[in-house]
Amino acid sequence: MEHAPPPFFNRGPAPVVRVTFFVLLSVFLMVIDARFRYTEPLRQVLMTAAYPLQRAVLAPFEAAGRIGDYFQSLADLQTENAELRTEKLKAAQDLMTLEAVRAENARLRGLLDARDRARSDAVFAEIIYGSRDPFARRVVIDKGFTQGIDLGRPVIDTAGVVGQVTRVTPLASEVTLITHKDHSIPVQVVRNGLRAIAYGTSDGAAMELRHLPINIDVQNDDELITSGIDGVYPQGLPVGKVTRVDRDATFSFARILVTPLAGTDRQRQVLVLRPLEEAPPYPAAEEPAKKPAKGKKARRSEG
Amino acid sequence: MAIYAPGQRILLPVNPWFIAFTLVAAFFFNVLPWRDVRAVPDLLAVVIVFWAIREPRKIGIGIPFVLGLVMDAANGVLLGQHALAYSVMAFMANTLSRRILWFGLPAQTVHVLGILLTGQLLMFGVRMIAGASFPGFSYFLGPLIAAALWPVLSFLMLAPQRRPESVDETRPI
Repeated sequence: MEHAPPPFFNRGPAPVVRVTFFVLLSVFLMVIDARFRYTEPLRQVLMTAAYPLQRAVLAPFEAAGRIGDYFQSLADLQTENAELRTEKLKAAQDLMTLEAVRAENARLRGLLDARDRARSDAVFAEIIYGSRDPFARRVVIDKGFTQGIDLGRPVIDTAGVVGQVTRVTPLASEVTLITHKDHSIPVQVVRNGLRAIAYGTSDGAAMELRHLPINIDVQNDDELITSGIDGVYPQGLPVGKVTRVDRDATFSFARILVTPLAGTDRQRQVLVLRPLEEAPPYPAAEEPAKKPAKGKKARRSEG
Repeated sequence: MAIYAPGQRILLPVNPWFIAFTLVAAFFFNVLPWRDVRAVPDLLAVVIVFWAIREPRKIGIGIPFVLGLVMDAANGVLLGQHALAYSVMAFMANTLSRRILWFGLPAQTVHVLGILLTGQLLMFGVRMIAGASFPGFSYFLGPLIAAALWPVLSFLMLAPQRRPESVDETRPI
């Protein structure tokens, strides 16, 4: 009674059915990844599995770099040594004043009964590679949550703020750069203490100070530091330099472009800081919001 | 030019391990630390398309889907973006397989370019919907370069199948 064809003609579901299934599956994955972040465990498993492969790929490049360092000429090293020595002298002078200033600061803080700002313990990390995503500016560093990295930590290099840790896996983490389109950082102009927020731009090379009036006191070459009011970035880290100010009266706001100081293209070593221990309390914006709620309640109880 | 078009040369059956090896090698190529990834061809996509055209019964849609997920995780992009593009590309390659193999290499390259551009456009559309900004037209340079690699790549990847069946030990070369 068997009329079915022999199994070697059986090729499973039709290709259209299969591709529809996989397309729907990937759309489903993308939606839950973008909207709800339910896919983080799956992503972590995949990333951790791919990590040794990626390190294996990078190993020849790292070895080549080390061999290059080894054969660096003596003259280079000597000049570098001399430079470092002068820098050290300068730094020593700064350090001495710093000690004095720190002692004075501690005394003053004691007078003010203010909490001593916690000295952040930093984790040293190295950039493994830039993310292969042309849409977003991110880099991957070689420390993960087994080394104590957690979400939201600020990342700096010797020149300034690099970005913020936005994804952590056991052995590596992903840093979103401050030039990322969706990233913003509270800054302060060193010259006059003006506070603003620097947003990343879509081309990923510069940042922008938005929503500042046309007559704002910002000039070219103004240096920007973090203002520390977001509770993530400690205060006083260099962020960037104003490179262009357009005051076009046809727009409501000035267009101010900022070039970041940190160079992820130039150097690989970064420091992962701890965010400020306690975020400053939010300003009392709840007061006006409470009143209508009370009114509603009152009305409801009346009615 | 089309020395290995069908009917001209009978190829040896492919070794499944060789398919796996090329896929892994292409993945390695893709996760190299490129400075600017926009103009770098997605070699994994080309290799998937190649095997989906040559061996539609071995490389269907499931394996490209899984490889796409791995690419997504390795790059830290939206999970499913590469998976979607790779499954659609593999589907197109599977269904167009007999047609494409009929042509010589130049015409094959044009077909492959179409498939690769479709995949790139899909990823582009997905990211645009997800709220990314336009990465510049060099984003579409990758598929062009990848398609240009097609003749070389198909020559190299068919090399193991073009060996003589019985090796003559006394041959000078």
